[in-house]
Amino acid sequence: MKDTAGYITEDGRQIGGTLMEMRNITLRFGGVVAIQDISFDIREGEVRAIIGPNGAGKSSMLNVISGFYTPSEGEVWYQGKKRPPMKPYQVARQGVARTFQNIALFEGMTVLDNVMTGRLTHMKAGIASQALWWGRASREEVENREKVERVIDFLEIQNIRKTPVGRLPYGLKKRVELARALAAEPSLLLLDEPMAGMNVEEKEDMSRFILDVNDEFGTTICLIEHDMGVVMDLSDRVVVMDYGKKIGDGTPDEVRGNEDVIAAYLGVPHD
Amino acid sequence: MAHLTKGADGLRSVPALLARNAAQYGRSPAYREKEYGIWQSWTWAETAAEVEALALGLLNLGVNEGDFIAIIGRNRPYLYWSMVAAQSVGAIPVPLYQDSVAEEMEYVLSHCGARFVIAGDQEQVDKVIEVQEHLHQFEHMIYLDPRGLRKYDHRRLHQFSHVQEQGRAARDEFTGELNRRRDKLNYDSICVMLYTSGTTGKPKGVVLSNRNIIETARASSEFDHLKPDDEVLAYLPMAWVGDFIFSIGQAYWSGFCVNCPESPETMMTDLREIAPSYYFAPPRVFETQLTQIMIRMEDSGTFKKKTFDHFMAHAGKVGPDLLDGREVGFYDRLKYRLGEFLIYGPLKNALGFSNVRVGYTAGEAIGPEIFDFYRSLGINLKQLYGQTEASVFITQQPDGEVRSDTVGVPSPGVEIRIAEGGEVFYRSPGVFVEYYKNPESTADTKDQEGWVATGDAGFIEEASGHLRIIDRAKDVGAMADGAMFAPKYVENKLKFYPNILEAVVFGAGRDRCCAFINIDLAAVGNWAERNNIAYASYQELAGHKQVLDAIQAHIEETNESIAQDDMLSGCQVHRFLVLHKELDADDGELTRTRKVRRKIIGEKFADLVAALYDGSNSVYTETEVTYEDGRKGKIKATLEIRDAKVVPVTPKAMAAE
Repeated sequence: MKDTAGYITEDGRQIGGTLMEMRNITLRFGGVVAIQDISFDIREGEVRAIIGPNGAGKSSMLNVISGFYTPSEGEVWYQGKKRPPMKPYQVARQGVARTFQNIALFEGMTVLDNVMTGRLTHMKAGIASQALWWGRASREEVENREKVERVIDFLEIQNIRKTPVGRLPYGLKKRVELARALAAEPSLLLLDEPMAGMNVEEKEDMSRFILDVNDEFGTTICLIEHDMGVVMDLSDRVVVMDYGKKIGDGTPDEVRGNEDVIAAYLGVPHD
Repeated sequence: MAHLTKGADGLRSVPALLARNAAQYGRSPAYREKEYGIWQSWTWAETAAEVEALALGLLNLGVNEGDFIAIIGRNRPYLYWSMVAAQSVGAIPVPLYQDSVAEEMEYVLSHCGARFVIAGDQEQVDKVIEVQEHLHQFEHMIYLDPRGLRKYDHRRLHQFSHVQEQGRAARDEFTGELNRRRDKLNYDSICVMLYTSGTTGKPKGVVLSNRNIIETARASSEFDHLKPDDEVLAYLPMAWVGDFIFSIGQAYWSGFCVNCPESPETMMTDLREIAPSYYFAPPRVFETQLTQIMIRMEDSGTFKKKTFDHFMAHAGKVGPDLLDGREVGFYDRLKYRLGEFLIYGPLKNALGFSNVRVGYTAGEAIGPEIFDFYRSLGINLKQLYGQTEASVFITQQPDGEVRSDTVGVPSPGVEIRIAEGGEVFYRSPGVFVEYYKNPESTADTKDQEGWVATGDAGFIEEASGHLRIIDRAKDVGAMADGAMFAPKYVENKLKFYPNILEAVVFGAGRDRCCAFINIDLAAVGNWAERNNIAYASYQELAGHKQVLDAIQAHIEETNESIAQDDMLSGCQVHRFLVLHKELDADDGELTRTRKVRRKIIGEKFADLVAALYDGSNSVYTETEVTYEDGRKGKIKATLEIRDAKVVPVTPKAMAAE
């Protein structure tokens, strides 16, 4: 796992060296062990999935990556350095952005304003300058707006730019969340069940957007998803968790063939 | 490019017009497109430079004179430049409907033998790749939006901006050749080839020369006094002749600015921001807008609703007169002013019609209520009647002579003749050269003296000299008892109800008329919401008893109005059903311009037609549908068939006939 040579995917993309590495992570809440001694890595440019049955500890793992939880034991290595315990906003500044399983947007604000909040970590103007709307603040706003508009264009949400988020249907809210995460120009994008509760068409759209993000911006993506078809189609490598333990790790085909995984999660394979 | 500017006589091609505009209006805007939330604009001089770079790039790719270059995508400046660049190198642009499915594209691409395709985005590129094996002459594809296309095999695929860069780099090598080809263009060279939407059978390639386009653009621009500072919004399909005349012909002749929306969904916002001075829309767009206004007014408070109703009633009374410059009393004028301030002005602003000086509707008949609504607001909405084969204009309404039931007087330079069977013929400088690779159809449509059959039946009103269209000549038939049957006439009357989106009337050779109805989901859905009627799907709503009641009331009202027409009183609708699915172009039931394909619908739903005539009260049916991604599925439904009251035709009317 120490090598930085990377590999080439089935569809011919070059995957780089290790971007993030989880080393022997254990997470306890009192007596409950949510994650038990799990190690895996995420490489630059890949789509990495974490799957597992309900309560397997997937979201906890994502929260460890995003800095929301500090692991009880183990180390998180990011961009070649060991990461000390950090607040989520500090992790975000390091280029990790995420979306949430239960949408966490500002319902009363417009899509544009919501996506602009994704740029917060990039804004440097002080309170005074912001309040007076003078000097750096207004310059920054223009730069950030341009970045945001590119994301809006990319995700094809121009028509709801000025619509308050509260009035949008669920599938679009999910897309706005993705837009906000993308606006932060992350090097690692964490998606917590991006397709949950979507119909087939919305899932297809979202899959396309995820692939396009990975393809156009070269963003590394780590996602949790329940829809097996989606996971197997989208991801380059899959980590499988069950009861807080890692029971499989590899390409979708390897994972599909892994007996532990089949027993724990996928059930008996069809024909 | 000064060598091209030889005064009016030298303006014999679109590239020549571009050169003139770049010289004359160099710094005024020629194109705008909203991108990244901001209106980006290009002046005529910049446009000329962009077109030249692309033309050089096309030469670099090996485009020969007489090649066909297909252009597929939504309205974008780059694609308009592509058409002019193609013309500049002596090739023929063929715009295609961007919502066509791959097989439809295959037919057109192989029929014209396009060597090159310029596509808007990945979706269009994918469709062409899907069918490219069957296209023997196809060589290279150029795409605009690189998104998602990075991993594609680029041996025959090129990015638009790269083609332009290569063109600029090869300027020294190819400028001589480009000038030589541009200089050769004259009135007889082909300007564009447009495929008809094909209400019946396969689409036909209509070849239009520079003479057709430029003469038509000149005459029609003069008719409506179009100026360089006019603004239009280009949102209608690029493959449609109207868009070509407005956004290329008239825009290049008059030198006005063409604005392209950000995406199809933002059209209404963009329309409001641009506030065009010259506007064109098919009746459907006006209907949808009116329906939306009415829905929103229904949802508003009592005071607002009452004020709106009061002033709209006043506008209906005096608005059209004011627009046509007729006498209106002082008090009424004053009240109209107040209404303008309170209601009409803000409403026009919200609709994006604040600056409309000339507005046209065509393609289908427009409901008198809808037409009057817009005119009463002070919007100079007029009708025109046209065809691809005529480079659009056959007749149009002059200012001050606007009525909803006529299509106007012959356009400048157009002669009209009504044949014995009632079919309308015309002859004009805009008359097409030929149908590509189809001399039989050309001969059938256009005679030796240049008269063209429209396929529509109509007559010229003696008092006003205006043309009135009754129906498609092919559709006008006789019922079993010999009475005249004009389905479109009845369907249009039905479609004027906001609840009815589409209607198909049957009755040729039968003893009575029956109809299929499509409900308008926006209007009926809103009504259902206000009345607490729960529904889970289109199908369920369409089959709801109260919806059927409402539709039945509309049909009975229509029957009463039809009964008053001596000639067509036999066309009253006796029985009807509400279809369980929306008629769709993807299923072949409508053309891409959303005209009903009567014959196909009759065959596809033969079981339903039979049930309409055999007296049964309900019918079970299964229908195959095509989803947007090309997959097929089945809808099953049991439809209720209802009888509608008809007005007995009075013996007096019979005697009069």
